[in-house]
Amino acid sequence: MAVVFDRPKSLTDAKFHYCPGCHHGIIHRLVAEVLDELGLQDRTVGIAPVGCAVFAYDYFDVDCIEAAHGRAPAVATGVKRTRPDTIVFSYQGDGDLASIGMAEIVHAAARSENITVIFVNNAIYGMTGGQMAPTTLIGQKTTTSPLGRKSELTGYPIKVCELLATLPGATYLARTSVHDPKNVRQTKEAIKKAFQLQVEGKGFSLVEVLSACPTNWHMKPVQALDFIKNDMMNYFPLGQFKSPEEAK
Amino acid sequence: MSKVRVTFNEELCKGCELCKNACPKGIIEMAGYINAMGYHPAKLVNPQECVGCGFCALMCPDLVIKIEKEEIK
Ligand SMILES: Cc1ncc(C[n+]2csc(CCOP(=O)(O)OP(=O)(O)O)c2C)c(N)n1
Ligand code: SF4
Repeated sequence: MAVVFDRPKSLTDAKFHYCPGCHHGIIHRLVAEVLDELGLQDRTVGIAPVGCAVFAYDYFDVDCIEAAHGRAPAVATGVKRTRPDTIVFSYQGDGDLASIGMAEIVHAAARSENITVIFVNNAIYGMTGGQMAPTTLIGQKTTTSPLGRKSELTGYPIKVCELLATLPGATYLARTSVHDPKNVRQTKEAIKKAFQLQVEGKGFSLVEVLSACPTNWHMKPVQALDFIKNDMMNYFPLGQFKSPEEAK
Repeated sequence: MSKVRVTFNEELCKGCELCKNACPKGIIEMAGYINAMGYHPAKLVNPQECVGCGFCALMCPDLVIKIEKEEIK
C-alpha cells in the first residue's frame, strides 16, 4: 500500500503542546508540507514568535531562531540579508505581529524584505490567558473585554492584509482559513505560493490564516469552526490582497 | 476502485473531534476508553465504508492520522 498522507519530513517527531482542536497544529503541518514539496528543508530558517507557538523551534525540523516578542520580521531580515540563499520564514500570532510587533512587520513589508510571514490570526492572546488582541472582534468577550469589545473604547480590529496592501513593497498578501478541508487546501496553496515567490526573489510575502483558539474562546473545537466561518470571516474577508503582478 | 487504510495513532489524539466532524461518511467515533494524555481518542468504526477522501487527516491538528491506498485493477 502506498502512503498518501503522513507526518511531513519537515516536522520533528515531537508531540505538539497545543490545546485540543487548536489550529496552530494544522498550520504547522501545512508549512512543513510546503517545505517538503518545494525541497527547501535543508536551507530554511524559521523564526519563532512569543505566543503559543513559542516552541515552534521544537516542531519544525529546520534551523530556528526564537525572536523577542514581535521582532521576528527584524530577525528574519538579518538572517536573509546575511545569508541570501537561506529561505526564511517567521511564524507569528496576532498579539505578536499586530500589537507589539506592528512596527517590525510594517517596515519589513515596506522594505520588501524577501521573507515569508505566516500570520496566525486567532483574534486573541492565547498564551497569556485570553486577553483582547488588536484583531479581537467587536462584541467579542475576552478577559480584558469581559462585556465584549467596544469600539468607543478600543477602536476597531486591525485588518493586517488590507493595511499592508497600501505598501508598494508588499509582494503577496493573502488571507485564508483552516475551518474546513477545502480551506485547509487553499491555505496550503497560499503558503506554497508565498514560499515560491521568496525562492524567485520576488520580495515580501505574508499569509494571514484565520485560526481557532477554542480554549480562550470558551468553545468546543467544532463550535469554534463556526465562529471562524460566521463571525471572523464576516469582518476579515478571505482572499488575495496583493498579487505579485500588481506589486510595485 | 481503490482500497484504503486509515490508521489513527491514538497516543497523539487529544479528542478534539475535528476529524469526526469532517468525515462525510460519519464513520469516526470517539473511543470509550482514554489514552495516556486522558483523552478519548478518535477511531474508525466502519473502515469498509471509508472512501479515502482524507478530510479527517486534513483537519487533524495533531498528525494522528495516516492514510494508505492501494489501486485494485
Ligand atoms: C515584551 C513582552 N511583552 C509581553 C509579553 C507577554 N506575552 C506573551 S505571549 C503574548 C501574546 C500572544 O498572543 P498571540 O501573538 O496572538 O499568540 P497566540 O498565543 O494567540 O498564538 C504576550 C502579550 C512577553 N512575553 N514579552
Ligand atoms: S491557548 Fe489557544 S492558541 Fe494557545 S494552544 Fe491553546 S487553543 Fe491554541
